[in-house]
Amino acid sequence: MSSLMESLNQRALDAGVPLGVHIDLTWRCNERCIHCYLDHSDSAELTLDELRGLLDRLAEAGVFFLTLSGGEIFLRGDLEQIVAHARARSFDIKLKTNALLIGPEQVAWISRLGVHQVQVSIYSHRAEVHDAITKVRGSLDRTVRAMARLRTQGVRVVIACVLMKGNAGDFDGVRRLASDLGAEFTLDPTITPHLDDYSSLRDLNISREELASLYRNRSLTGDADICAPPPPVDDDALDSTLCSAGHTSCYVSPHGDVWPCVQFPVVCGNVRDSAFLDIWNSSAQLREVRAIRARDLTTCSSCGHVGTCSRCPGLAYMEGSMYGPSTADCEKSLARTGIPSANMVRRQSLVQIAV
Amino acid sequence: MSDCYPKRAANLASRVLRGQAIVMNPVDSSLFSLNETATVIWEAADGRTSLREIVEREICPRFEIDPESALQDAEELVRSLAAASILSPAEESARE
Repeated sequence: MSSLMESLNQRALDAGVPLGVHIDLTWRCNERCIHCYLDHSDSAELTLDELRGLLDRLAEAGVFFLTLSGGEIFLRGDLEQIVAHARARSFDIKLKTNALLIGPEQVAWISRLGVHQVQVSIYSHRAEVHDAITKVRGSLDRTVRAMARLRTQGVRVVIACVLMKGNAGDFDGVRRLASDLGAEFTLDPTITPHLDDYSSLRDLNISREELASLYRNRSLTGDADICAPPPPVDDDALDSTLCSAGHTSCYVSPHGDVWPCVQFPVVCGNVRDSAFLDIWNSSAQLREVRAIRARDLTTCSSCGHVGTCSRCPGLAYMEGSMYGPSTADCEKSLARTGIPSANMVRRQSLVQIAV
Repeated sequence: MSDCYPKRAANLASRVLRGQAIVMNPVDSSLFSLNETATVIWEAADGRTSLREIVEREICPRFEIDPESALQDAEELVRSLAAASILSPAEESARE
């Protein structure tokens, strides 16, 4: 992150301003990815008028970075009008899409309206693997053609590759595909569970050995030694705010529910019932999230990884408690450093006692 | 330059946070943070108000600075923002 971005985040944090908001415009989708955490319901989505009003309120609240996602956003017939309103309100606009429905007409308005970035998920450079994950035959070909069209118009494209069983060995191919297209590439080894069932999708996770291999791949991690043992824990680490969720960013569902983050399903209010800024400033749930520091965490506060862990409070909440550990992130810390977390040691001792 | 009509470039993302504007150009992802004086000029850059008028009406009273010094600084600012493609110093006022 650039120093200017760090400075910006700090200013927003100090001012209590939601710098970034992620809105899911719909949970409907034209793919059925095997790892998806959504139920694809289509009830009572925010209307165009409601979204325009919400964007106005977000702009007044100081929101700068706007991410529009789903489901599949191009299933909304009013998407161009939504983005046009966001442009008129001077947001930095990012779209997340599978791009299946992006044709020349869509590319034209995406470019004309100054969309900053279009992020597309690609699971493999091999059609048989990618299409098996999306469950849509021909999806890789259509998505790649759409990305190529976007690139000819100079639109910034980011390819996101979520790793799971079945595609774990294909990320190099996806990275080459990104390079050929002039797109950026990001990798994510985390499978987000179904919002109401933390144990779901667990079998799709890549193995510990595969995860460890990723962290030791210098072509992915650069020169930083991210596998070194964590430094001693100090007060700075224990007083840290953990992540931006609820502090400088939040999420709005297709039905108007406000959560701290897209994978932190705590309903803090609904924009159909209350003004966004009232929810942001006064929600009891957001106040609780904001009050949590690393030293307040039941297990993690005594863990040597507390200062360097990627702990997601949303995954921790779905696992059982927003004050508890996120075992998925414990696995990452173990894979990086070879040192088990306090949570892992505690669980192992419980298993031994049970035996 | 002092008789130019500065105008914010189209399609930029911008927001004022605690009196300082943040501006992102989606074409090249360049990000700018403007100080308070630059923010005042940025917000007034509607393409219909001359730089001289912006300085006399918005800068001098607010920051207690003499007009000529303020105008020199403002011209320098407009040149740098124009070089970054986030502002254009038009020679004529834009029509409504």
